[in-house]
Amino acid sequence: MFKKVFIFIVLIGFALILVESYNFTGSGEELNEIATRYAEKGPDEVGAANLVGAVLVTYRGLDTLGEVAILFLAASIIGFFLKVKLEEEKVPRKVRKTSEILETASKIITPVIFLFGIYVFLNGHLTPGGGFQGGAIIASGLVLMLLANPIKKVNHSIISIVESISGFAFVFLGILGIFLASGFLDNSFIGLGDFGKLLSAGAIPIIYIFIGLKVGSELSGIVSNLQETQKEEI
Amino acid sequence: MEQISLAHIATFTGILLILIGLWGVLTQKNIIKIIIGFSLFDTGTHIIMVGVGYLKGKTAPILDEAVNLKNAANEIVDPVPQALVLTAIVIGLGITALMLAYALRLYQRRKTLEINNYNDLKW
Repeated sequence: MFKKVFIFIVLIGFALILVESYNFTGSGEELNEIATRYAEKGPDEVGAANLVGAVLVTYRGLDTLGEVAILFLAASIIGFFLKVKLEEEKVPRKVRKTSEILETASKIITPVIFLFGIYVFLNGHLTPGGGFQGGAIIASGLVLMLLANPIKKVNHSIISIVESISGFAFVFLGILGIFLASGFLDNSFIGLGDFGKLLSAGAIPIIYIFIGLKVGSELSGIVSNLQETQKEEI
Repeated sequence: MEQISLAHIATFTGILLILIGLWGVLTQKNIIKIIIGFSLFDTGTHIIMVGVGYLKGKTAPILDEAVNLKNAANEIVDPVPQALVLTAIVIGLGITALMLAYALRLYQRRKTLEINNYNDLKW
C-alpha cells in the first residue's frame, strides 16, 4: 500500500515536470542563435542539403563518434555475454519448418532491402536518412533472412572485419580533417561540389557510407548473437 | 480558445508515453514488461524533444526546392533536436538489445522472468 502511494507520488512529480515542456511547445517563433548559424552558414561551410546530416556528421561529429562507440560497446557486451556457452548446447536446434511464402519472399525481398539500405545511406546528405537508418535497414534484411531460415549460420568473421575497417576509416577521415582542413571531422578537404547533387558535401557521403556499414554490421552481429543462443524448441 | 497544434498533440502523447513507461518500470513484475516500459519511456522522450523543437508553419531542415536558400533561417525548424533524437534512438536500440540479452540469459539460467524470484540482491 505504502509502495503504491509512493509510485503515485513519483508519477505525479514526473507529470508536473513534463507539463512545463507542454507549455513550452509552440511558444518559439524563430530559431535560436546556433540553429540560425547552421541554417545560414551550413550550405557554404558543409554543403549538405540535409541540415540534420550536416549537424550530425560535421558540426557535432564528435557526438556521432561517441554514439558509434556506445553502439559498438553494446554490441560487443552482448556478443561477449551470450558467447559464454552453456554446456548442453551440442545438439542441433529443432525448429518448426517455415512456410513456403516466407521462404520465397525472403529470397526476393532481402536483396531489395539491402539495396534500399545502401540507397538510404548514400543519399544521407541530400534526403532524410543517413548512416544509422541505412544500417538499421540492412540489419532488418538480415532479420528477414534469419526468420525464413532460423538455423542459418551467420559468418561472424565477415561482420567483424567490415565493422573494424569501417570504424577505423571513420576515425581516419576525421583525423584527415585535422591535417587537410580546419579541424577534426571537417568535411571540406574533399571539394564541396555542387550543392544538392549526389557528389557534394565533401567527405559526408564517405563518412556516412562507413557509418552505415558499421551500424549495419553491429546490429547484424547483435541479431545473429541473439539467434545463436536461442535453443527453445518450438 | 487557442487552437491545438500538431506539436501540442505530439508533446502530450510523449508525456503520456513517458508516464506509462515509468509506471510499467515501477510496478510490473515481469522482466520483459519492464523492458517494454523502458522502451516506451525512451520513445516518449524522443517525441517530446522533436515536438519542442518544432516551430509553427516551418518546414523540415532539408534545403531543397521547398526552401529559399537566402532565407533558410526563417523557413526551417531547428535541426539540432532532430539530430539529438537520431542519436538517442540508436542508443536506445542498443540499450534495449542489451537488456533483452540479459533477460534471455537470466531466463536460461533460472527458467523464470518474475522479478520476485530474483532475490539475490534483497536486503
